[in-house]
Amino acid sequence: MHRFAKPSVFLKLTAPILPWLAGATAILIAAGLYFALFASPIDYQQGDTVRIMYLHVPSAWMGLFCYVGMAICGAMSLIWKHPLADICARATAPIGATFTALCLITGSLWGEPMWGTWWVWDARLTSMLILLFLYLGYIALVNAFDDPDRGSKAGSALALVGAVNVPIVKFSVDWWNTLHQPASIVRMDGPAVDPSMQLPLALMILGFTGYYFVVLILRVRLELNERRIRALHLSGMFDDNAQDAEPYDPGHNAETSQ
Amino acid sequence: MSLSRAKSRKRQRMYIIGAVLLAVAGAAALALTAFEDSVVFFFSPSEIVEKSPIDPDQRLRIGGLVEEGTVTKLQDGKTIAFVVTDMAQSVTVAYSGILPDLFREGQGIVAEGHMNANGMFVASEVLAKHDENYMPPEVAESLKKSGYWEEIEAKNAKKMRN
Repeated sequence: MHRFAKPSVFLKLTAPILPWLAGATAILIAAGLYFALFASPIDYQQGDTVRIMYLHVPSAWMGLFCYVGMAICGAMSLIWKHPLADICARATAPIGATFTALCLITGSLWGEPMWGTWWVWDARLTSMLILLFLYLGYIALVNAFDDPDRGSKAGSALALVGAVNVPIVKFSVDWWNTLHQPASIVRMDGPAVDPSMQLPLALMILGFTGYYFVVLILRVRLELNERRIRALHLSGMFDDNAQDAEPYDPGHNAETSQ
Repeated sequence: MSLSRAKSRKRQRMYIIGAVLLAVAGAAALALTAFEDSVVFFFSPSEIVEKSPIDPDQRLRIGGLVEEGTVTKLQDGKTIAFVVTDMAQSVTVAYSGILPDLFREGQGIVAEGHMNANGMFVASEVLAKHDENYMPPEVAESLKKSGYWEEIEAKNAKKMRN
């Protein structure tokens, strides 16, 4: 397993996957949006407002999915001290935070016309807001240390402790009564969403998941390349090239050649 | 030798993380169970009846289905009264204000307010509770025709009782 977790192997493995994944994601989201906005029926009760669900539910799913991924990466980084796990956790946090915020915003926009309120402090909404704060806290914490190793240690610990909130978000609607409706899709009696509405929902969920992996790969590659450049600078590699090529950063060369 | 030591260290870290997670989950479970009354968003009519008489100064929320045929306008012309039920107990709710679009008989609602001396719930806010069923109008029509609709409403009422 460690063989696959090497940065060079990661770059080599993801390079051919990335364009296909990006293409599939674009097609899935485009098709999902077409079905969500045009080619799906209105709801008997909500009318066109039901279409918010096609953004809201996939965002909620991604908010939880990304958090689980971040917590697993955090655990791997704490236990095996693997740098790639730490990079993945750091790269996941802003994506998950964005999806969680999107979920809260779309939920609020749906709540006003349907429930008659933008926000209530019920168990589902509150635990979802805590999820957003956990993401933001993680991002702030990993960047709060001068030594990145200490930052990732503290961040991983926070991500792991916060993972307790994930089942609370999912099961809050079953454990307590809430204004938020119970689960519609993943539940004992099978989905309570009409099949004609399941198609756009499934397309959007797959599309959002694909989007996450595309952005994750891009962000991890960016970080690996940045680290490589930093390492090259430190090793003085650019000094040797300076003779036959234009120096990229003369000031930096002067510094490292001392 | 040193390799196996590194391995046992990793195992140790794994156990520590597992133990910490278990402890945090346990603490969260205990705290949430202890504060259950503040975590729940509303009380069902059964719980309200059980708790009554309730101090009129205490603000609380009641949730249930609007019973069929009970929505009436009071003499003052702006207060609406209706019965909220969980099919076991019922409480009459009085409210003057704007009702949400989804408000209708048979619909799940949550009202915030207080109990008055006559055992009537005086609401200052009424919210509609949407259930987990999503379907096009034609499907809803055919469900109503086939009689499956009552089953869904009964299920919703049961859920309100929780």
